[in-house]
Parts: sequence; C-alpha cells; structure tokens
Amino acid sequence: MAHELRGSSAIVGVGLAGCGEAIGRSPLDILTEATHNALDDAGLKLSDIDGLFTGSSYHFMPTLSTAEYLGIKPKFSDGSMVGGSSFVAHTLNAAMAIKNGLCEVALICYGSNQRTAGGKLATMSEQQTYEVPYKPRYPISSYALAAARHMHQYGTTREQMADVAVAARQWAQLNPEAFARDDLSRSDVLNSRMISDPISLLDCCLVTDGGGAVIMVSSERAKDFPNKPVYLLGTGTAHWHRQITQMPDLTVTAAADSGKRAFEMAGLTKNDVDVVELYDAFTINTILFLEDLGFCAKGEGGAFVANGNIAPGGSLPVNTNGGGLSCVHPGMYGIFILIEAIRQLRGGCGDRQINGAEVALVHGNGGVLSSQVTTLLGTEGVL
Amino acid sequence: MALTNKKFTGPGPDQVYKDHLKNNNFSLPKCLDCGEFHFFPRVVCPHCGGFNLTWEKLSGLGEVYSTTTIRRKAERGGDNNVSLITLAEGPRLMSRVEGVEAQALSIGDTVQVLINNDSDEPFVLFTPVSEV
Repeated sequence: MAHELRGSSAIVGVGLAGCGEAIGRSPLDILTEATHNALDDAGLKLSDIDGLFTGSSYHFMPTLSTAEYLGIKPKFSDGSMVGGSSFVAHTLNAAMAIKNGLCEVALICYGSNQRTAGGKLATMSEQQTYEVPYKPRYPISSYALAAARHMHQYGTTREQMADVAVAARQWAQLNPEAFARDDLSRSDVLNSRMISDPISLLDCCLVTDGGGAVIMVSSERAKDFPNKPVYLLGTGTAHWHRQITQMPDLTVTAAADSGKRAFEMAGLTKNDVDVVELYDAFTINTILFLEDLGFCAKGEGGAFVANGNIAPGGSLPVNTNGGGLSCVHPGMYGIFILIEAIRQLRGGCGDRQINGAEVALVHGNGGVLSSQVTTLLGTEGVL
Repeated sequence: MALTNKKFTGPGPDQVYKDHLKNNNFSLPKCLDCGEFHFFPRVVCPHCGGFNLTWEKLSGLGEVYSTTTIRRKAERGGDNNVSLITLAEGPRLMSRVEGVEAQALSIGDTVQVLINNDSDEPFVLFTPVSEV
C-alpha cells in the first residue's frame, strides 16, 4: 500500500534571487526576494503563507527572524537544522504539516550572502573538542579524509574526481544562470592548487551568494495554480554521525538509508529516475552518493562518473544546473537542488532540459557527510 | 525513583580523559557490559547503552585509517597533517602524525601514541612505528 504522504502535496511555486553576487544584500534581503519571486511564480500573495520552513547559519532562531522580516504570521513553523540538507528535509516536514491540516501554504526558503560578505563559511556550530588541537580545515579536511579512504580502498583516482567537476561545468555551460561557465578540463582540475590532499581548489564548490524559495500546497489544491504541479513522492532522512571521527566507514554515507527510505515511500526504483540532483560540495560527494543511492555498486563510483557519463549526453544526467561546483553554492545548497529538479520536471530548462523528465531524485547533504536526505519528485503522470 | 536511578558521580568523562593524559596515561572508557571501548568519552556506552564503564589504559598502538595534508604557507606554519587513527582497541580518533614527511605517510601505517602535555589541554599525537 502506498505511503499516505506519497503524492499528498505538491510544489506550485519556486523562486531564486541574488545567485552569484548580491552586493549590499543581507541573507534575509536575498531570502525575501526569492520568496516574492516564488509567490509571483505561484500566483499567491504573502498573506497566503501560513507555514514556514527555513534554516540559517546567520540566525539562531531562523523561523522567527525570517517571518518577522517577511511580515508573515505563520501558524506552523519548523527550523530544523541539518546543515545544507535542511531544505530537502523540510519537504517531508511540510508534507506532514499540510497532510495534517497544520498549514495550507508552506514556504521553504533560504538566503545567504556568503560570497560578498567575505567568503567565510558562516557558522554557529560548536567547536569539535577532540578535533580542535589538530587544526583541520572545516569542512574540507573531513571530505578529504573520505576521498583519501575511497581512493585507498577502491582505487578511485583524482582524474575520476576531476571528471565530476568537468561534467558539472559542461552542464553549467548549458545554463545561462550558472556562475562559472568558462571551459574546464580534467587537467585544469588536477593542476589547481592543492588545499587538503587529495582535494584541490577545483574539487571544491563555489562560494556565491544566493537564495531560493519553494511553495508547497496539498495535491488537491495544486491543480489550481498557473504552473504544472510537481508532486512530492517520497523523502527519506538518515544520519549516523556529526563529526568525521564518528563516521563508521568513510566510504559509506547514510545516503544508503535515506535513499532506501525515499524510494520505499515513493514506490519507485533507481530505474524510474530521469534526472539526479546531488549535493556536490566536493567532487567526492557525487561519487559517494551515486554509489550509496544505488546508481552503481560500492567502489565503482569513480568509473561511473568518468569520461562524461554524468555530463550532458552521458547515460545519467546529474546536477543539470551545473551543481554547487559550477552553478551556485551559498553556504548551504539544499534549496537549489530542489529548485533545479522542480524546473526539470516542469520542463522549459532550455539547452539543459532533460526531455520528458517525469521523476527527479534530489539528494541533500549536511555537516561532514553527516546528514543525508533524499527526495523523489514527480509529475502528475507518475502519481 | 526510576527517573533518577542512573547516577553518575565524580568528574565527567572529558575531565577524566584529560586528567589521565596529564599523568601520561592514555586511557579510554571500556564498557563492562559489552566489552567495547569508545571514543570520544561518554557517560554511557554508545555501542550497547551500558553505563557500567571502567577506564582502561590503551596499548597506544593504532593504524592510519585516512590522512590528509592541509597545505599552508610556511609563514602560517607550513603543511599540516591531519589523520584518522583506528586504535588497536577499536575506537577511531582524529590526530596528527609527527616525525614523518606528511606526503610519506600512508593509510595502513602503524603508529604509536605520543601524549602532548605542554598545555592545560593535553592531547594525543602519534609517531610512525618503523618497520623492523
């Protein structure tokens, strides 16, 4: 029997703002612009929003600060914070709230000025007591340790990791909204400055500004909106650790659980997926998540991503906006993978459109490979 | 009564861990219920939920589970090794392996603990155990 949340709610509006550089804008300035763009997209007005879902590295009580700035009085709010995966996780909480009548119009939103505010990762995170003496670079070193272990255990190469960045750039070149669109070769990545072995500068995501907003309503209402609704088919969450020393096996992420849960709720398998949007903060992420979500066997992710297989024209379209590596990455990236998946399912993505896309997989990551959240979205045809 | 029947007395686990280090003793909590060590030190065993813990001195031997070299300019202290060490007794922790060129360190290398007691916040480092 289908899960009661499968297809119970749908996204009817999306908005972006300030992607790239938004000089002189605060995180909430950007978030608010994105929200109003999403409201315009849905044909709704601000006062229609009665559910608020947001996360922030800037505001200790993000739902309070956001609602105050926006000028709304939500009757249900959720500021669950699981790093960059928060906004993907919010889809599940919003679906539950809508299904239970706690709110009718849910806004999931985010904004950040990370680039123009100086490029430093804003964080309210507590220091990790048992890591501080060793001066790791947060979060890069943790991902570097995972990459080094994957290379040791499975023979994954820097060339294969570089191909993830090259594929992302080729998608970005098809996306006029992407931030980094210059030609990029495998050797460009290999020759870029080493930051924390084996991760070099071009294995790392961009640092941009940007905001995004997504509006969800019940499926019953979804058809009354100007855009083709995109239905939430399933979301699964999982987390096994917070700090990298506590990750049981650095080559296996909790995406193995979150993916299984999302597919189970959606009643789908990987073979149903037309387009994949993964949280590629570093090139190793794409390899790990494709393995853990079942698109290839454990250890074969390096070979899977190599030689253009996930690039335009490859066997599996991955990160069609250009990803965090080449499109946009303002501190937390989760809202942007949701929005790209929704746009692909609506159609009209121009040169990067995956024709006939009916099912999209969105996979969010938070912390240091810590929080894993998988969402499956679909068109009316797969309800 | 059931609400408070688990009683933790004495200093907390972080304090005990550091007090041991100050006495050049590298010890971790071991669970008397399941027999497993754990790191970082907690008030209950994360493996089985047991609270019957004892502190036991470790062999000090471990294996490099993963390693990265954080590249830094010389004026900012130069390259810095950060490694994950799996202790012979099971737990894994973050540390730095000293006495070896960062690039020469490999996953799988055997290392031996070295306690750094220079400050009020002692911590452990490791050195390679040379192959005989």
